[in-house]
Amino acid sequence: MRIDLNGTSYETPARTLADLIAETGAEAAAVATALDGVFVPRDARAATLLSDGAKVEILAPMQGG
Amino acid sequence: MFYGTDLTNRLMLGTAQYPSPEILRAAISASGAEVITVSLRREGTGGAGFRDILRKSGCRILPNTAGCHSAREAVTTAHMAREVFGTTWIKLEVIGHADTLQPDPFALVEAARILCADGFEVFPYTTEDLILGEKLIEAGCRVLMPWGAPIGSGQGLRNIEGLRTMRAHFRDVPLVIDAGIGAPSQAAQAMEMGFDAILLNTAVAKALDPVAMAEAFARAIAAGKQAHDAGLMPRRDMAQASTPVFGMAELLA
Repeated sequence: MRIDLNGTSYETPARTLADLIAETGAEAAAVATALDGVFVPRDARAATLLSDGAKVEILAPMQGG
Repeated sequence: MFYGTDLTNRLMLGTAQYPSPEILRAAISASGAEVITVSLRREGTGGAGFRDILRKSGCRILPNTAGCHSAREAVTTAHMAREVFGTTWIKLEVIGHADTLQPDPFALVEAARILCADGFEVFPYTTEDLILGEKLIEAGCRVLMPWGAPIGSGQGLRNIEGLRTMRAHFRDVPLVIDAGIGAPSQAAQAMEMGFDAILLNTAVAKALDPVAMAEAFARAIAAGKQAHDAGLMPRRDMAQASTPVFGMAELLA
C-alpha cells in the first residue's frame, strides 16, 4: 500500500506500524510515532493497522531550543 | 521550585544551532546547566550521537513543542516526547504566527488544560499578559515562561515594566524568561528583577565562541540571582553623598 511517511509518499508491504518501523530500520525504542495526527504509544504499534493513504510520523530526539 | 525540582544553576540551555556536536557538549558543560531543551523531529543524521550527548550531560531534559501551530499538534507532540524522553516535563509552545513566533494564547491555554489534566508538568511559553498567565495557572500550570523578546531576536527584555508587573502579580509562581535574550547583561537584569530562571539558546549557539558564552551567561545569571537575593538598593532621583559629611575638616581659609 502507499502511505505518507514523514511527509513523503512511501510504498510499503507493512501491515502494522510496528512492521513499518522495522522495515525502515528506525530504532524502535528511540522513536515516537503518530498515525493521522494522533500519538500511538510504543506498546500499541504492533496492533495498529495501516491503511492506504495513512499519514505516519516517526520522530526522534533532535536539537531544540 | 520547578514542579518540585530545585535548580542551583538557573540557566536552562537550548541545544539547537551549535556549530558542531562537540561544541554543543562543551557548551552544556561550561554552562553548568541542569536543564536542557530538546525537540522531536523526523530523523536526520547524527541522531545516535545527539542522544549520547543528552545522556552523558546528566541534565534533566525539557522537550519542546516548537513549531506547533495548533493545540492538537502540540498535544500529540507532547505525548510523543513523554514517551521518548521519559519525562512529564514539556515546554509548551503553540505558535500563533510563523514570522513573529508569538504564542497563540487561546490555543496555548487549550493545550495546557489538556496536558495538565493528563499528568504533564507544563512549562508554557507565554507573554507577559497577566490574564493569560492566570488562565494558564487555572489550567494547571505551576510555572510560567514569559518571553523577553521574540524568539531568536536577542533584544533582551522588551517590556521591562510589563515583566516587572508580572513578577509582582505572580509572587509565588516560578517565572522563567524564555526567548529573546541576547547578552549576559540582559539575563542578569531579569534575574535582578526576581525572575527564577532564564531559558536561552541562540545567544550561546550563535556566539563566536559558544563555550565561553555559555559560561558568561551562567556567571551573569548567578550574579543576577545573588544580587536579587541580597536586595538591591532603592533607586533615587537625586544624588546622595555616600561619604559622611560629619567630621569633615574645614579647609577653606
